[in-house]
Amino acid sequence: MEFISNRARKGRGARRVSVLAAAATAFALVATGCATGSTGDSTDGAAADGDLSITFIPKQLNNPYTDVVLGGGKDGAKQAGFASTQVVGPLEASASSQVSFINAETQAGTNVIVIAANDPDAVGPALQEARDAGAKIVAFDSDTNPKYRDVFISQVVAKDVALIQTKLISEQIGGKGEIAILSATANATNQNEWIKFMEEELASNPDYKDIKLVAKVYGDDDDTKSFQEAQGLLQAYPNLKGIISPTTVGIAATARYLSTSDYKGKVMLTGLGLPNEMRPFVKDGTVTAFALWDPAQLGYVAAYAGKALVDGDITGKEGDTFTAGDMGERTVGKDGIVIVGPPTTFDKNNIDEYDF
Amino acid sequence: MSNTVTTTPALDTSKTLAAEPRGRTGAARLLLGRDAVMIYALLAFVLYGMIAIPRFASPVTVGFLLLDVIPVLLIALPMTLIIITGEIDLSVASIAGLTSALMGVLWAAGLDIGTVLAISLLAGVAAGAFNGFLVAVVGLPSLAVTIGTLALFRGLALVVIGDNAVANFPPELTAFFTSKLGGTGIPTVMIGVVLVALFFGVLLHFTPFGRGLYALGFSKEAATFVGIKVARAKFWLYVGSGSVSALAGIYWTLRYSSARSDNASGLELTVIAAVLLGGVSIFGGKGSIPGVIAGVLLIGTINFALRLGRVSDVVLIIVTGTLLIASVVAPSVFEAIKRWQHNRRLRRSLPQVPASGETNATAPGVQERK
Repeated sequence: MEFISNRARKGRGARRVSVLAAAATAFALVATGCATGSTGDSTDGAAADGDLSITFIPKQLNNPYTDVVLGGGKDGAKQAGFASTQVVGPLEASASSQVSFINAETQAGTNVIVIAANDPDAVGPALQEARDAGAKIVAFDSDTNPKYRDVFISQVVAKDVALIQTKLISEQIGGKGEIAILSATANATNQNEWIKFMEEELASNPDYKDIKLVAKVYGDDDDTKSFQEAQGLLQAYPNLKGIISPTTVGIAATARYLSTSDYKGKVMLTGLGLPNEMRPFVKDGTVTAFALWDPAQLGYVAAYAGKALVDGDITGKEGDTFTAGDMGERTVGKDGIVIVGPPTTFDKNNIDEYDF
Repeated sequence: MSNTVTTTPALDTSKTLAAEPRGRTGAARLLLGRDAVMIYALLAFVLYGMIAIPRFASPVTVGFLLLDVIPVLLIALPMTLIIITGEIDLSVASIAGLTSALMGVLWAAGLDIGTVLAISLLAGVAAGAFNGFLVAVVGLPSLAVTIGTLALFRGLALVVIGDNAVANFPPELTAFFTSKLGGTGIPTVMIGVVLVALFFGVLLHFTPFGRGLYALGFSKEAATFVGIKVARAKFWLYVGSGSVSALAGIYWTLRYSSARSDNASGLELTVIAAVLLGGVSIFGGKGSIPGVIAGVLLIGTINFALRLGRVSDVVLIIVTGTLLIASVVAPSVFEAIKRWQHNRRLRRSLPQVPASGETNATAPGVQERK
């Protein structure tokens, strides 16, 4: 027995040593990183010589709209002459999730980073670090704080997007009644900007004086959440006449709910949607008309803007011009904003002409 | 008892065989323990990364990687203690989010940054104390309580700041939070993190309070009988967890220079995964701080390496999930192998049993095993 208790005591002593030793080893990771620091830097220089690299960081992966944008981006990057095109990004569209991807690109020595920011400021310091390391930053779809990027590729003028949606809903509900907005995340830069313009327009335009915006809800660009928010809206506001969903995920989920409920054809739905996703709902009468631009063009122009920045053709100041392949010449506007084109309205007459 | 025992005699665990040591001791324990295995895995992966992954071996890696894992590392420390006592705290990420929201609002309201930080930290302490009160004093199950406060605190964060984001924190301060110690690549804030880690490490492994937590995890009743103040211990653990979550929230806000309600959302699961991977038993009573630190760094390093290799995040969560399951299953497998070896040794060392019948004389009272 004494023999055993002796051993046990020894074991405890050893455990204390192990705790200290283990803690020291855990931080050895740091030390190993420092010791071999020089090897990493030497490889970075090679990328800048001839084979240019471009990386797209969307708000989140596996989003149908994003996939179309990225498809155009990849085409554009190939035509513009980038040797390597990558797409990386988070699975959730949360504020800070993009930062580690930007960091990885900085480390990879990528020449152009094209980003749709989930938060205009959270990505800022990381982008600054990437720029310090020589990367050009092109924001697209959703802008960062202007001081952190070279140019912003905007599909359309934000106000036009807002106005076309208020116009569509007003036509559909006959100019009066309660409406609601089902948006993406509560912090999404682009959605919030459109909503702001919509609110201003509803308040100031006499044509819309009988339209009342009763609620703004957020489906977080998540199909299930958007579906449930739509359901909740109709329960909470029995007099609701229309819903505007300025996000492709939200409008598709809401349309799916409406098409299977009693509200089909009674509560109007419009917003920004993808023709391929919305086609069945337009055909079955759930949705009369909605708007969008061709998202592929957005990625396409972004890729060419990135090339022009790397080549030094543009610096992002107002008045710079560059050629965006088949899309022709584009001019950099105020605050480094490049506009791609006006939004298109889709209804049952023209929806079959589009495939994205 | 029948006289038909022809199969293996059952184990008699009350007697120790002289030839078999009871558990590992000395150097073997140091080098083969659960913590050590985690650290080997971490070192092996770092080594692999340095050789096989381009650009991995650089001070930049150290900086970015540590900046990424700091929130998880911080919250994992009190979480280790809580899980060792057999409880859980799911509200940590929401407390960090609430802290972040509060910081944003107070700063936007024009308060001095020192005051803002102090109030935010106090909010974390209060949130932790609320959890602690419900779990330790009222005696509700921690899983239910913290699922509730997970939603409650996140909701409060939304009430506090709404859908706004506050980003104009003092640039010197946000720059400090991403600054590195000289050319080493180690973030300056790691100094603070190391201090917090030392505090919890010493608390758990070298104080009577910490040792008592293990007893508490094994059996609450037994712990009460040997004089451990169960309610008080649990209460302070939740206060600690709330405070550290607030620190993580402050760090998150200033690192990303953005205060908003959805900051750190979903972080609680990353933390718990890392803690379990680090060798802490979800049933309580087992685990150590060094193991957990190695677990957090291992998950962080794998994520970072995969990202550097531009592997999709989908693969990343699959890898993390698989690792977690492996880390839970592996000990059971080792346990089974050990038992098998033990049985075999037992069989060998016992006097040879005749092929049939007449075992009563050699092993009286042995129960029949089928």
